[in-house]
Amino acid sequence: MAHAAAHDDHEAEHIPGFFTRWFFSTNHKDIGTLYILFAIMAGLVGGAMSGLIRWELYEPGIQVFKAGTWLATTGLVEASNHGYNVVVTAHALVMIFFMVMPAMIGGFGNWFVPIMIGAPDMAFPRMNNISFWLLVAAWVLLVTSMFVDGGPGKGFGGGWTLYPPLSTSGHTGPSMDLAIFSVHLAGASSILGAINFITTIFNMRAPGMTLHRMPLFVWSILVTVFLLLLSLPVLAGSITMLLTDRNFGTHFFDAAGGGDPIMFQHLFWFFGHPEVYILILPGFGMISHIVSTFSKKPVFGYLAMAYAMVAIGFVGFIVWAHHMYTVGMGVNLRAYFVAATMVIAVPTGVKIFSWIATMWGGSISFKTPMLWAMGFIFLFTVGGVTGVVLANAGIDYSLHDTYYVVAHFHYVLSLGAVFAIFAGFFYWFEKMWGVKYNEFLGALQFWIMFIGVNLVFFPQHFLGLQAMPRRIVDYPDAFSLWNKVSTVGYIITAASVGVFLVILAEAAIRRRKAEANPWGEGATTLEWTLSSPPPFHQFNEPPVIKPDDHH
Amino acid sequence: MAHGAVKHDYHLVNPSPWPLVGSIAATIMMFGAVVWMKGLGAFPEPAATAGMLGKMWGSFAHAFLTDGKPMLFLGGLGLVLYTMVGWWMDVTKEANQGDHTPVVSLGLRYGMILFIASEVMFFVGWFWIFFEMVLFAEHRTLTPMVGNFEGVAEAWKAWPPKGVELVPAFHLPLVNTLTLLLSGTTVTWAHHALQVGDRKAAKIGLGLTILLGILFTSIQVYEYNHILHENLFFSEEAANASLYGSSFFMATGFHGFHVLIGTIFLIVCFFRLLGGGFSPKQHFGFEAAAWYWHFVDVVWLFLFAFIYVIFGIA
Repeated sequence: MAHAAAHDDHEAEHIPGFFTRWFFSTNHKDIGTLYILFAIMAGLVGGAMSGLIRWELYEPGIQVFKAGTWLATTGLVEASNHGYNVVVTAHALVMIFFMVMPAMIGGFGNWFVPIMIGAPDMAFPRMNNISFWLLVAAWVLLVTSMFVDGGPGKGFGGGWTLYPPLSTSGHTGPSMDLAIFSVHLAGASSILGAINFITTIFNMRAPGMTLHRMPLFVWSILVTVFLLLLSLPVLAGSITMLLTDRNFGTHFFDAAGGGDPIMFQHLFWFFGHPEVYILILPGFGMISHIVSTFSKKPVFGYLAMAYAMVAIGFVGFIVWAHHMYTVGMGVNLRAYFVAATMVIAVPTGVKIFSWIATMWGGSISFKTPMLWAMGFIFLFTVGGVTGVVLANAGIDYSLHDTYYVVAHFHYVLSLGAVFAIFAGFFYWFEKMWGVKYNEFLGALQFWIMFIGVNLVFFPQHFLGLQAMPRRIVDYPDAFSLWNKVSTVGYIITAASVGVFLVILAEAAIRRRKAEANPWGEGATTLEWTLSSPPPFHQFNEPPVIKPDDHH
Repeated sequence: MAHGAVKHDYHLVNPSPWPLVGSIAATIMMFGAVVWMKGLGAFPEPAATAGMLGKMWGSFAHAFLTDGKPMLFLGGLGLVLYTMVGWWMDVTKEANQGDHTPVVSLGLRYGMILFIASEVMFFVGWFWIFFEMVLFAEHRTLTPMVGNFEGVAEAWKAWPPKGVELVPAFHLPLVNTLTLLLSGTTVTWAHHALQVGDRKAAKIGLGLTILLGILFTSIQVYEYNHILHENLFFSEEAANASLYGSSFFMATGFHGFHVLIGTIFLIVCFFRLLGGGFSPKQHFGFEAAAWYWHFVDVVWLFLFAFIYVIFGIA
């Protein structure tokens, strides 16, 4: 260990000063904390945007996005139909790239992947930090893009999928270029993060920690970052084509020059479909731990659970065109994509049933993380089932771009991924922050949010089946009842976010001392062997994992 | 556990300013690119009544930012390059002071391979659009003959599309292929020499590789010049077929850009070699450059096979 002696940083608890610690960090836990704070901020911004959307849709006609309203006087977002589109677009981009991904991969992944495999830090601690700061750079570009000229008005309003010609000749202003660069930087951030995680997991496992003894959360992150590594560069290429089509006279997506706008959709969804699994897979990993911990039983079918995620990740690369059934593909192609998409239900089913089997006969305690986890299993299944419905090209012909699709992906993301994030947040709350949260408030938030989000999104199934199109600022009177219910649901959800902030404040004020392992015998992974919060550098001496240790 | 001595070989890197500086640089560069591309920035000469700070900022903005000047972009780019130099110098310093233990070295290898894997996927995007164009060219004959699209169906009836003159594969592109293949052998020569401690041969091999890389880039520049000068892709007649030129230039252009990066990487290794760096046992910087060079080589082989030969001969 000659190198250790050469440094002074082996004095275990040498914590750098404030600025160095938080701005020049090379510590996976500090960077994880930065990610989580960033994700909370972005979540509040994205949530406020959905508030504008639901407010606008409370009644038929234009309420918010028109001249003379309070929105126009604030001047933040353009108060026009275009402004509505901008908000819808930004809501999606913010929630996907700046809330769910930073929380799950950057936040929990950074915090717990090294700890769970018994490593002292990530493989490339300095690169880890640029992953975070590039995300901040991407955020600055995206926010700026909302406030500068887009062409039809301020900001880009063509949807997060960035389809041309809306993203080329439809928005000629600098706003779209800023959005493209924002996605470039967010992509670079994620690719570097992916390289870091894969190297860490392959190279830094503690003695005895074979791949088949690795905790499921680590497996989930491993699969997720492989998807990132292989899908994001394709997105980078395709948005570069958008950029050159806009500014350098190429004709990739302009039919007049022989280009093909549909080609962008293929390139985009080759990234976009793995991306939606990127958003949910880490949640699968967290839910496995939480269900096992609070059932006081090892995960049912550990290996099947791990390889189900690998299978989902693999199949996720070959189903992309089910987002494009209505573009005029040949019937054989559609038949293939229907079949391949249906196949995903099999490994997903393996996971759902294994979670239930884990709970079966267990000694279940309904602590806050377990409430969120059970909520996740229930609601994600609803979203999964509507996904199987939409997988059918014939049915999708009617449901494409309706609120049925909106309901579907919010059930798997808002009620799936976000529930998983809350589950993980409360599961690891004491571990990360060194204080306890209030169990009553935790449960209160869960139940308010559970009612709220279901009220928001369940009625949207009905609206979709009645053919209400998505991404439109107005609707006919016939749709007013369920839209009203949906907006009331939003108010309830917003209240639950308020309770969440109260939980944070209460825990910060009361400062109840955390235990190393508050969950007892069910919590078997390595993070529970450390103090709460863990030392600045853990595992100076790598732990040894024995074959009979539970995952 | 935490307070014991460190009993592992991992490299816990000290805090570093580079990630933050690099991200700020990237932000400036991106804003600068938009200002430049869009011709933004109306900054008139500062008024005589302006305060001193206002005057300073005003004349700065007027001189460097107004009317889409590239200064902001170039400034950001400069800061990005500065970050890269500083960062990698730190890495080299750490390597020299023994931080790169065998397990850390293995981690660097994983990292480089994964980076190259992501680069491969980047090129998949450019090949994808090229294949979509050539394999489904006849789909374009279904384009309705209205407005801007009037000539599209006509233009894509046969391969190559109307107005496009293909580059003969077995002239300069073949020379380029041989150049890169030869450079693959010289870099391997340098590697073997380095492993057995023959530093002189390593220098010759690496120097030759760099020269061949520069030769490749020069030929490519010459050929681009020729294509543009003779207007092979973008003539008036090819107005409805400019997708060909777009995908040709972006695919080969991004490859050329990667050759440039690879050449710079090799040049850095060359100077480290001259400066006494690299040992027969430990020379991962060199190996990473060589891997990258082979990757660039393989991408070219695919470009040559598909763009120049298979779909490049009418």
